[in-house]
Order: sequence, then structure tokens, then C-alpha cells
Amino acid sequence: MNSTETTTNDVPLIRLEHIDKAYRLGSELQVPVLKDINLEIRSGEYVALTGASGSGKSTLMNILGCLDRPTGGKYFLDGTEVGSASNDVRALIRNRKIGFVFQSFNLLPRTTALDNVIMPLQYTNESLSAKEAKKRGEEMLCRVGLAERMHHHPSQLSGGQQQRVAIARALINHPPVLFADEPTGNLDSKTSVDVMKMFDELHTQGITIILVTHSFEVAHYAKRIIQLKDGEIVSGVYGEQESAL
Amino acid sequence: MTISGTITGSIRALSRNPTRALLTMLGIVIGIGAVITMMEIGQGADAAMKQNMESMGVNTLVIMPGAPRVPGGKREQGSAMSLQPEDCNAIRQECTNVSFVAPIVNSSGLQFIFGNQNWTPRQVIGTNDDYFRIRDWEISEGRSFTQREIDRRECVCVVGQTIVKEVFGGSSPVDSTVRIKNVNFKVIGVLEKKGANMMGMDEDDVVIAPWTTIRQRITGLKTGTATNTKSTATTTPGSVYPGEGVAYYPEQAENLSTDTLLIPKFTQIDQIMVSAVSPDKVDAASAEITAVLRSAHNLPEGKDNDFHIRNSAAFMEAFSETTTQMGNLLLAVALISLIVGGVGIMNIMLVSVTERTREIGLRMAVGASSRDILTQFLVESMILCAIGGIIGIIGGHGAALIVHSWKGWPVLANGGIMAGAFLVSTIVGVVFGFYPAWKASRLDPIEALRYE
Repeated sequence: MNSTETTTNDVPLIRLEHIDKAYRLGSELQVPVLKDINLEIRSGEYVALTGASGSGKSTLMNILGCLDRPTGGKYFLDGTEVGSASNDVRALIRNRKIGFVFQSFNLLPRTTALDNVIMPLQYTNESLSAKEAKKRGEEMLCRVGLAERMHHHPSQLSGGQQQRVAIARALINHPPVLFADEPTGNLDSKTSVDVMKMFDELHTQGITIILVTHSFEVAHYAKRIIQLKDGEIVSGVYGEQESAL
Repeated sequence: MTISGTITGSIRALSRNPTRALLTMLGIVIGIGAVITMMEIGQGADAAMKQNMESMGVNTLVIMPGAPRVPGGKREQGSAMSLQPEDCNAIRQECTNVSFVAPIVNSSGLQFIFGNQNWTPRQVIGTNDDYFRIRDWEISEGRSFTQREIDRRECVCVVGQTIVKEVFGGSSPVDSTVRIKNVNFKVIGVLEKKGANMMGMDEDDVVIAPWTTIRQRITGLKTGTATNTKSTATTTPGSVYPGEGVAYYPEQAENLSTDTLLIPKFTQIDQIMVSAVSPDKVDAASAEITAVLRSAHNLPEGKDNDFHIRNSAAFMEAFSETTTQMGNLLLAVALISLIVGGVGIMNIMLVSVTERTREIGLRMAVGASSRDILTQFLVESMILCAIGGIIGIIGGHGAALIVHSWKGWPVLANGGIMAGAFLVSTIVGVVFGFYPAWKASRLDPIEALRYE
């Protein structure tokens, strides 16, 4: 499918083993949201997580994105168990291995596109000079086609442009995985197509993309669709390779 | 995350809402400004008061002959004779906390005759030029006497305003010749008006002359308890001087005359007046003088002093109490204003944290640890307070200068206090910024990202 496939064929990028998640309401009542999820995602895959609202797809994405902890089970990201890692370690993993794209862009207001893009570099453990950081940010903005909008504030950009700034920000640390939570939810249909084309392009460049959406239209951009219902995976547990076997 | 990165990030975050940043600072600006203004005015007042106190004689010490307490009936003040002019030199040379030393020979009830005018001054004082500096007393006309005139026992004198008025009818007495106890004196100077002293006595009713002249030409040596002296300094018969009631040589016991050189001085002085370098050095000066005089008088360990030192202890106490109270008052005002400013900072930082919940969530999602968030908000409030502090210091100093030029109040800028104020404002930033920053760092990234 793409060039990175050969190197990571044996160890999946993401492996979930018996993941449970329950929210506690009051002192005794527990509401199960995810039940015994087992899942493998290989490097370079383009996956969509879909399901009706309340199906647990957002919770699953939060766990995959190291924002939330599972109540039970094990989560291996790039070969290391991260479900029970300390908060600081998880913060570092989010910084180095994960990029997020949100429905509402979440750009810092009154801050230029370039400064928004290089913001995550503040929290890396590699020491980049301001100049290097700026250079890398410029490269990223070129990559998403916003080279001439670098010094614009988010309020001066269209929705599609803002989302592309957010994508550039998510990619600044060259993470292996990119999570997109309803990336087209706030966009009109034409710009949605633009943004989805962008994801396609990134996919061909070898980045693993996990798309969370309730829209089938959007989900069909992905090569593999994982459908959730009431906290369980109803289809798409196995990727193309596995199902081919 | 680097420190410079944090600081530039914080400045950028603050500059996104400059109006609010300025309004937030206002509490600290006013607080620090008020402190600086009050401190400068307070310090100016303190310095001015100190100067007043000095001119009132707070830093003056008077050394009297004789032990402070003697067994048996107490004798008339000054009847013991244990102070010599050599003591003055010793004090001048060896005491670092002493600025001026004046030997004093007192006399009163003497007639002062000029032409057909006849007046009895309240005091005729023999001393040296230092006396005028210790008393902070200016010569308004003519001049003071010189060391040469003191050495040569010249008959010159300086007179007070009352004498000018009563004897000379207000016209200038300089260069007139007057008679005191049948000795002709030349008036060389007039003292400026001093008014009554605290006991209600007219200070201007005074004639001041070289102490050698008064001692040797007017009063002579008082007799009586002269044998009390323990001094080993000697005088030669050549220094015997005219005057009534002089005991040239007191009678000595047979055995003493053979093996001792204890001869009473002809140059006893009645008092030594000394000024300490500053009012708070009075005690130190007193201790130094005691040590110097004990050694000059050859007093062995365990033997009582043959002199005693008086100072204006009550004045001193009042002075230091006023200073302390003023300092405490300023400190209380400073503390209250800083607490008010700090609460303002905390309030706005809490609002800011709530308002920027999504930003915090985003920062956490892209890899900021709780410590990064805590540091960011702490640094923000610290920078707010530090900038507020700087503006406050500049504004407060400016206000003090305005007060100075407008009302003429004395002000005194103090770099130490400014540095302290800056430090305190930064500390206020940390203390009052901590709770909002801690709250921000404890946010759940999922909740924070979802926050509307």
C-alpha cells in the first residue's frame, strides 16, 4: 500500500488488548462505555472510527490519543504500554507520537498561523532554536499549502485554511499517528472535500491517520472503517491485510 | 520547555489582551507606587527629623567630673576635679564615633561692663570653637575665636543676642571693649538668636570666651576636692596663673611627697561636651569615651569611674520610637495594598484560566505536562506583577518628586527599597498566581477541549 508498510509489518503501531472503559456516576453506579476492545492498527493505515453518538468512538479516540486512561486492558503504542504510563510520560508521547486535529480547529486567537504551528515545539524535549522552530513551521505550512498566509491571524483565515493550519500544527513533530476528530464538522461541503483531499495526500506520504466521524461520506475516504456500537466493535476489527489472509 | 521560551510565550499570551493585562497590573502598580511614595516621603521626613534632633542636641554627650555615685553626702556638681584638657585630646583622637569635643569652663554671676552699662549674664562659658558646632549655633556677625587665641589665653569673647540688646542697645558690639571682672575683653562675634532652652532659660544671655582665658584669668582653679584626682598628668609651676582662691599646691602627706607625682592640675575643666557622629551612635560614643577616659585616668579594673557621661536618653528613645512606629505604619500600609493588588491578580488569573480552558486543553493535547501549564501561568502572573512593580516604582518615585516640588517636603530615594519593592511584587505574583496556575494544571484535557 505504501512505503512504510514493509518496515512495520510485524509490530502493529497500535494494539489494544481487552480495553474496558467505564465512567463512574456517583459512588457505585458504573456506566460501561467500551467493552473488551481488541484492535490492531498498522503503520501507514488510514482508518475511520464511526458509530452513532454514544457508541463510544470519542472515548476510544481519547484512549488511543493518550488523553484518557482505560479502566482495564492494555494499550501498546509503537511497542510500549502507555495505558498505565505516568501523566508526564503520556504528555511526552502526545507530543512526540501523536498529532491531533479537532472539529473546532482550536487555534490560539490573535496568534499568527506560524506561531500556532510551532506551539507544540515548546513542549518537546529536543532543543530547537527559535530559528529552527520557525523554519520547520514554515515548511509545514508550505506542505499544507498556506505558504503565503503564514503571518495571518486565525480570524483572517477561512475555515478550511484554519483547519489546514491545525493539520500543520499536528504534523510539526513528525508524529507517526494523526488523529482527526470530526475534522470537517465545522466546514461546508466544498472545503470539507479540500481538507479530506489533504488527508488523502498525507496518507500517501505514509502517515497513519485515524479519523473519528459519524458521517459515512467522510468515513469512506478511509481505507478501513471500524464501526462501533454500544461500546463494541461491530465491523472492521481486521484491517485489509488481516481480512485478506 | 526552556525558560526563555516560557517567558516569551507568557508575554505573547499577555499581549493578546493588553488592556486587561494593564488593568490587572493596576492593583500592583498602585500598591507598589503608594509604598514607594510613602517610603520616600517617610525617609525624607526621617532624615529631616534626624537633623532637627541633632540640632536640638540629641547626639550631644556631656562628661561631668566625679563618680556618678559617691558614698556619703553628695557634693555640689562639678566640685570633683578629674577632667583635664588632655582628656579632650584623647577623646578627639581615639573615639571614632565622636565628631566634636569641647572643653567647658562655667562661670556665672560675673558683671559685664560696657561704658556705663552693667549687666550680669546668666552664663559666662569658656570653651573652644567646637562648642558652636556641637550646639549647632551660628555666628551671625564677626567671628569665633581661633585655636591661637585659646593657646594664648587672649581676652576675646562672643556674645549672645540678649546681651547685644541689653548692653549695646541693639547696635553692633563687634570690636567693642568690655570688662568682665576687671579684665578687658574684646568682643569679636555675635551669636545668632537661639531663644529659651527647654527649661525656659534664655540661651542668648551668654558670653562665650576661650576656656583658657576664663579658667586662668577669670575663675581660677576651684579648690576643695582637688586631691581627688587620680590623674598622672603633671603641670609645671610655670602654668600657675592669676586669680582669686587659687590653691597653688595642696598640702601633701609626708610619705606621699617622696614617692608620688600626684599633683593636682591647674588646668581642670568643668565639663567636656561631645557630639556623636549621629544620634544612633550615642551609646557607642559613650562606651568609647568611657574606655578612653578610664585609661587616661589610669583607673584600674574594678575601680569606679571618676567621671560620668550624660546624654539625652529620653529624646533618643522618643526619636527611635517615632522612627520605628513610622516604619511599622508604612509596612502595614504596604502589606495591605499588596494584598489588595495580589487578590486582584488572583481574580483576573482565575478568569483568564477559565477563559483559556480550551487553550489549556489544546496545550495538554499537544504535549504540555501539568508542570508546563503550572509554570506558564505562574510566569504570566509573575511577569504581570513584575511589570506592575516596575511601573509602580517609577510612578511612586515620580509622585514623590511631584510632592517634593509642589509641597517642598523632603524626600529621599532609596535604591534598596526600590529593589525590595520589585522583589516583593514578583513574590506577590508567585503567591497569588499559584492557585489559578495550580487550577489550570489540574484540568482534564478532554474536559478542557470540550469546554465552550
